[in-house]
Amino acid sequence: MDPDVDLHVPAQRQELARTHGGVLAVIALGGGLGGLARYGVGLLVPGVWATLAVNVVGGALLGVLMVLITEKWRAHPLARPFLGVGVLGGFTTFSTYTNDFRHLLVPGGVPDAFAYLVLTLVAAVGATALAVALTRRAVA
Amino acid sequence: MTALLVFLGAAAGAPLRYLVDRFVQSRHDTVFPWGTLTVNVAGSFVLGCLAGAAVDPATAALLGTGFCGGLTTYSTFGFETVRLLENRAHFHAVANVVISVVAGVGAALLGYTVLADL
Repeated sequence: MDPDVDLHVPAQRQELARTHGGVLAVIALGGGLGGLARYGVGLLVPGVWATLAVNVVGGALLGVLMVLITEKWRAHPLARPFLGVGVLGGFTTFSTYTNDFRHLLVPGGVPDAFAYLVLTLVAAVGATALAVALTRRAVA
Repeated sequence: MTALLVFLGAAAGAPLRYLVDRFVQSRHDTVFPWGTLTVNVAGSFVLGCLAGAAVDPATAALLGTGFCGGLTTYSTFGFETVRLLENRAHFHAVANVVISVVAGVGAALLGYTVLADL
């Protein structure tokens, strides 16, 4: 955001709404749909496995998307806000990841809590890197 | 009904994440993804507070699953880490992972503990 925009001034708020309104609207829609999909996965998959699954799958899909829209195609200006920031940002979650750790941190559950922390990290970042590499090779 | 609350919460959290990220990133000139770190730690804290306060299921769906889930992101966190590694900014990549996880977990524990003890 332009740091010179003073949000206390109505005219400048309107300027912000005019230049960012479309972007914010598609991010809101995408975020809502992504959150809904995450909620759906939570109904099908038990416990922390649901969080692990959305974070790994969402990371991989963002890797594919970013290569396609920044290296392969000249994408529509709203494609990245809608799909990347909105849908996949709303689908994945860091807050549930950190709170799952707290939830697992019960007497006797300490190894599981740390295993979950590291497994998600390795699987999600690894899946993102692998998706970027494979998509690059596929579209080259 | 629960699904609608999740949708509405996430539809508010995601654009707030974008605004916070743009605001934070516009205020410094480094490759470190401070914006994503900010929303992820803040969202972890709020979700910890909601769990500590043992809110009712509707509030948990709207503010927890919806808003905090939409405000925070694992996909961007992962992608920014991969991009730092690709740009050979290995120190920044490792720092991003360590700081995000330690601060995020710390914020979740802090929020939970503060509200659970009230």
